[in-house]
Amino acid sequence: MTAARDPVPLALEIRGLTTSFATAEGVVRAVDGIDLELRTGEVLGLVGESGSGKSVALRSLVRLVRAPGRIEGQALWLGRDLIAMPEADLLEVRGKEIAMIFQEPMTALNPVLTVRQQIDENLKAHTGLGRAERARRAIELLDLVGIPSAAERLNDYPHQFSGGMRQRVMIAIALASEPRLLLADEPTTALDVTIQDQILKLLLELRDRLGMSVILVTHDLGVVAQTCDRVAVMYAGRIMEVGPVVELFRNPRHAYTWGLLGSIPGAGAVRQPLRSIEGTPPSLADLPPGCAFAPRCAFVTDACRQGRPALVAVGPDHRSACVHHDRVARSDPAA
Amino acid sequence: MRAAALESRAVGRLRRQVRAPLITGALIIGLSLVLAALPGWFAPYDPLAFDYAALLQPPSLAHPFGTDNFGRDILSRVIWGYRLDMQIAFFGTVFPILFGCLIGALVGYYGGWPDVVFGRVVDAVITFPFLVLVIAIVAVLGPGLINMYIAVGVVGWVFYARLLRAEIRIQKQQDYASAGKVMGYGDARIILRHLLPNAITPVLVFWMTDMALVILLGSSLGYLGLGAQPPAAEWGVLIADGKNFMSTAWWISIFPGLAIVLTGLGFSLIGDGIADLLRPQR
Amino acid sequence: MSCPPEAPLLEVRNLAKAFPIRRTALQTLRCTRRRAIHALNGVSLTVRRGETLGIVGESGCGKSTLARCLVRLIEADAGTIRYDGVDVRQLAGPERRAFNRRVQLIFQDPYSSLNPRMTVRQTLAEALAVHRLRPSREIPNRIAELLALVYLPRDALDRYPHEFSGGQRQRIGIARALSVEPECLIADELVSALDVSVQAQVINLLLELQDRLHLTVLFVAHDLRLVRHISHRVAVMYLGRIVEHDRTDRLFREPRHPYTQALLGAAPELDPTRRSRTAAVRGELPSPVEIPAGCPFHPRCPHAFEVCRSQRPELDRRRGGGWVACHLAMAPTPPTTL
Repeated sequence: MTAARDPVPLALEIRGLTTSFATAEGVVRAVDGIDLELRTGEVLGLVGESGSGKSVALRSLVRLVRAPGRIEGQALWLGRDLIAMPEADLLEVRGKEIAMIFQEPMTALNPVLTVRQQIDENLKAHTGLGRAERARRAIELLDLVGIPSAAERLNDYPHQFSGGMRQRVMIAIALASEPRLLLADEPTTALDVTIQDQILKLLLELRDRLGMSVILVTHDLGVVAQTCDRVAVMYAGRIMEVGPVVELFRNPRHAYTWGLLGSIPGAGAVRQPLRSIEGTPPSLADLPPGCAFAPRCAFVTDACRQGRPALVAVGPDHRSACVHHDRVARSDPAA
Repeated sequence: MRAAALESRAVGRLRRQVRAPLITGALIIGLSLVLAALPGWFAPYDPLAFDYAALLQPPSLAHPFGTDNFGRDILSRVIWGYRLDMQIAFFGTVFPILFGCLIGALVGYYGGWPDVVFGRVVDAVITFPFLVLVIAIVAVLGPGLINMYIAVGVVGWVFYARLLRAEIRIQKQQDYASAGKVMGYGDARIILRHLLPNAITPVLVFWMTDMALVILLGSSLGYLGLGAQPPAAEWGVLIADGKNFMSTAWWISIFPGLAIVLTGLGFSLIGDGIADLLRPQR
Repeated sequence: MSCPPEAPLLEVRNLAKAFPIRRTALQTLRCTRRRAIHALNGVSLTVRRGETLGIVGESGCGKSTLARCLVRLIEADAGTIRYDGVDVRQLAGPERRAFNRRVQLIFQDPYSSLNPRMTVRQTLAEALAVHRLRPSREIPNRIAELLALVYLPRDALDRYPHEFSGGQRQRIGIARALSVEPECLIADELVSALDVSVQAQVINLLLELQDRLHLTVLFVAHDLRLVRHISHRVAVMYLGRIVEHDRTDRLFREPRHPYTQALLGAAPELDPTRRSRTAAVRGELPSPVEIPAGCPFHPRCPHAFEVCRSQRPELDRRRGGGWVACHLAMAPTPPTTL
């Protein structure tokens, strides 16, 4: 942990969050003991490939994981533990203080209800507004997210909107009761580049206007670079590295981050082989002892296989779970 | 692996324990086939032999299933019934499945106006209850097993064709089918070598259920006197034989009925087992 | 066109394809206008032997339809496709099969592009057998060669697709395409369905194969970074037309068409110190069912003026090389910098 006193208050403190599933091959940990902090008003990115556990981690925060999944650990939201909270209290928090948006708007929105009905549902559940006020607020929300002719579009169904517009509608519904925390699970992965650009800029603008904190899950490092303040890199359910985005991109201190940044085609030599990471992401049922990335790592030594490396400070507010973070720091620049 | 994958692997563990049905079904049908092939070895008496000394005997050591009003041993008649009823299961489905798959594959792959015509044929056939249609055709052709096979053939192929058509249309959308075309493979190869193996599972499962249904159909027709003719030992005929004795000599109808149930169960279990076994993995 | 030192391998002129939308009986009775998805609206391009042409665009631009029309998986409605001088759309029978050998397509989805009920060996052997490329005793050797080309282990031969990862399945797909010894490979979103760390492996493989086997490659993708990395030239598509194409370095350095500029501006840069807070382009992607009149991009274009709304711009050679279809870019006065 960093020694500097952090002046910005912590909105969310996650300690030892673990989500496990019982399978034929034994207990599998989709999220394996992660520690994270989220400051008020910041955008924290959770980046990783498939199987990294980033989506499961997000859903675990608000207990959206179905049995046989089990969630353990602590998630302190404004001092209250979301994991231990009784169901009734959690329902108060979910949708009102903490809102979530998903990747596929067509399945996240109810196809048989109009937009007006869906926004109304949220407003009725979490605010005390009367009918006329709710209608006004609904138009306000659609305007806020940039849907033209908001008043007319209130009575449309989700399928009458294009992909980008549907995503905006989903954001509008999520924002209906002015949440303090927005959880975004790959909100732009299914969208085209120019639309993704609009939605991400919208999220940033809303964050500024409403003072929300945001956790953004994505697999796209470009999205992280353009939207996030801090980022945590996940692999096999564990956090490999966490720190400010500018710092992490300029100076990656984990072999996995280093490999990822190097494997993306940058402005470098065209048509030259990219630096690729050998092998494939591991099966969670069959993790090696020690560092989960060891089988694919270019810097691996025996020390990496002796027990899981802990997250240690490698810079101000920058932590890495890599035994050889010094060697990584001295290697070729990533991009 | 994603959460969804994890959840389905937990379910997979359950599925492995359920392999037992396939084995049970296979045992039942295996036994049925043995009895159908060699009834003489297992039947203690001649199924057609009258025995006036032992009329309407309840189940006993000498006659485990009892005797009927002519003194015929029910156990032997039920065992000989396996031969006829397994034949019915086979001949009642073989033409429908072959012809149905042919038509279904062609209209599913090529579409166009043959598909439209096929759609209307399906509509026409399924409007009528299957049993009623078959009875109507048999009534015209005359009673007997051959005519029953004809009737079932004329009507039954539609169900297989419809099923296969739907599956072929789904498989045709997959990229591996497009890849086959780009590789320059002809239509016949794509349909037979690529689409059919991936589309056939629901058809095979339906075939198993259908065999059970056809036995039931044959027995129903036998009961009505339109299928196998007495004194043939067909389970439906056996049930009809006992229908006037239900309160006094229940064993005449009940044991053949149990045989139908058991065989039907066997086919269903195999059908489920096949569905499990051939389920495509990702 | 003056006689170039090397005639283009692939020449496409004014390719058009529309998918009709079925009308309900009520609509037919009411004589409502027939609607269609206008996937390709006059696409023209050339590809030289040995080069990699990148084709980029977003949903509805028609790039996948184009790829499939080029191998005749879909039949175009109009236009010509000339491969090595021969009109591809007229081919039939054995000549068409010969064409299939020369141009191959690799698909995007590693999960559905391989027959789940055939082993790797069977998939590869089938191609060799159908085209009679090797006598049967030499087939096992050739299969081993193909596996080695894509860096798959020998024991992969008797396994089924579901036993492999996404990246490995794409390699099998590449091996299958290579088994007929094509000259030209069309890759339709080759790596979009793969994890980032695996994408690089497959891209490296493609680059190596292109060098080794002297392949011509059409790389259809939406990922600009990737396209920039491997293409010699890039064509940008929008609503069924090519709006700009040029050498890669020039296109990325000085994009001329406002849509290209928007696309490059919208693609998230990897440098967190360079951020912009305004979106690169406003508005929605119009549907290919209702294509705007004039220049299809004009509703979203920040520079649209009168002629853009009424007249469709054609691809024209720009000063300094490259082609662009834009009234503004071709205007006699220098366009405003953006």
